Amino acid sequence: MADILVFCEVADGAVKKSARELLGKAQQLCDGGDVVAVVLGDSLSGATEGLGAWGADKVVTVEAGILASFVPGAYAAALHQVVEDVQPDVVLASASLIGKDLLPRVAAMADCGCANDVTDLREGDDGIEGTRPLYAGKVLANVSFEDTAFFTVRPNSFVIEDIEGKDGEVEAFDADLEDSYGYEVVEVQSSGGDAVDLAEADRIISGGRSLKSAENFGILSSAAAKIGAAVGASRAAVDAGYAPHSMQVGQTGKTVNPSLYIAAGISGAIQHLAGMRTSKVIVAINKDVDAPIFQHSTYGIVGDLFEVVPMLEAEFAALD
Amino acid sequence: MKIGVLLKQVPDTETRIKINGDANGIEEGDIKWIVNPYDEFAVEQALQVKQAAGGEVVVFSLGSSRTLDAARTALAMGADRAVILDDAGFAGSDSLGVSRALAKAAQEEGIELLFAGKQAIDDDAVQVPQIVGTLLGWPVATAITSYEQDGDSVTCKREVGGGETEIVKVSLPAVFTADKGLNSPRYASLPGIMKAKSKPVKRYTPGDLGVEVGADNVQVTTSGYHSPPPRPAGRILEGELGDQVKELVRLLRQEAKVL
Repeated sequence: MADILVFCEVADGAVKKSARELLGKAQQLCDGGDVVAVVLGDSLSGATEGLGAWGADKVVTVEAGILASFVPGAYAAALHQVVEDVQPDVVLASASLIGKDLLPRVAAMADCGCANDVTDLREGDDGIEGTRPLYAGKVLANVSFEDTAFFTVRPNSFVIEDIEGKDGEVEAFDADLEDSYGYEVVEVQSSGGDAVDLAEADRIISGGRSLKSAENFGILSSAAAKIGAAVGASRAAVDAGYAPHSMQVGQTGKTVNPSLYIAAGISGAIQHLAGMRTSKVIVAINKDVDAPIFQHSTYGIVGDLFEVVPMLEAEFAALD
Repeated sequence: MKIGVLLKQVPDTETRIKINGDANGIEEGDIKWIVNPYDEFAVEQALQVKQAAGGEVVVFSLGSSRTLDAARTALAMGADRAVILDDAGFAGSDSLGVSRALAKAAQEEGIELLFAGKQAIDDDAVQVPQIVGTLLGWPVATAITSYEQDGDSVTCKREVGGGETEIVKVSLPAVFTADKGLNSPRYASLPGIMKAKSKPVKRYTPGDLGVEVGADNVQVTTSGYHSPPPRPAGRILEGELGDQVKELVRLLRQEAKVL
């Protein structure tokens, strides 16, 4: 039996959908223990609705002005106090930028260990254990803990079927927070529309240097838009200035885990494979039949991406 | 200003990784070792701060006896001196142990500002800089892509995903972790490489620092190293390009069920 605390991220006044995967997995693992969702923010009315249906036995909220945006010190202090109060066996968060930033701090405050980016969780001989990719996924290893186990989970690691709804009774927690943590979010700039976050995307279309220009990435964006996919890039394309680093998939870029990854004009360097090898289905489109990417893909089309991608877009558009 | 850089030596990104016999580490024989790529941005930023505000740049590295080679690269770039934690007593530490040692060493050296890479590309732990900051009681800004210092206030940018950029203001002393794009790391010049050989190197043992670290003081055990399962052989489609595309979409929909 394990009591599991799940840190649920909030965006635009609602809990992010990554919490559904975490809460569902926590219900599978808890073996009769409590699954407690914890939500931090400045005004959470409405944000916690539905967490019971996703598997939360209880929901703990901490509301404070300083939690309005991600101030790491404040989030760590608040979450640490909830951890001390709930005394869980396991703490879970999404392996997002926020999750990976936050959980190691809270674990250290509790004198406990943390493992980021786990792709599996299971009942071990001595509590819940995880699987963690090392060397950009060239190696997998087991992680086990002496005390409370803190994990961030790579998005899309678990397929959560419909689960039995729980009470999800909400309880406000009064955290003791400082007025300042020497860190202030001054502004958030948005570069374009509702771009899907690569790290959390369920579908991705990426392009390599053979796109030949930044403008040509438009053909990928246009096809991606038809299926709600995010657009990524190889290091070669980023180094050539065709795409910003924030779009880079690979060992020195983002690690992604979508159900569909389409690599257009990407040869498949180890560097790139490291960032996308866990994708469930990989499609390679490349002129060069000998490109290594074909050895790692589920389906391959040998052809010019400038011909194939627009055809693909037309087929996507025709989907009902 | 005393500026510290946390630096790690890692295998080159193109290295073929082989798991060791105990399945708790990798074969280190044939590896080409490099400075963690993200740490190069950290070194560069530290050098730029020193150029603007004066002071010294101290490189901290915990690792085996060869970790000094990585620190020398930073010294050749222009860092002033190195603090090396290569005592056998540090070996086998988990992220918390490593952070305790580095935080204490930084304290001993009177460091007022710390840079690190956003993650090391070997164990991809993404933990040590945040924990070091937490132990020191300093704010930590992770994965920054710009850095502007005005007295003891720093404004930086962070790419937070979904095409959004956060602008944060941080009060020093603080820890910053570097993402690609922060700057363009300089190359070590030949005179720089020559000079690096005679720059001061200090060592601490766990006893000197008064920290409980090493394999006997871990909270997390990482074991059972194994290779990821190979992907089943893929399928290259055939026929007219237009038909291939139609077939692909059908397969994605009906066989793979991802559309």
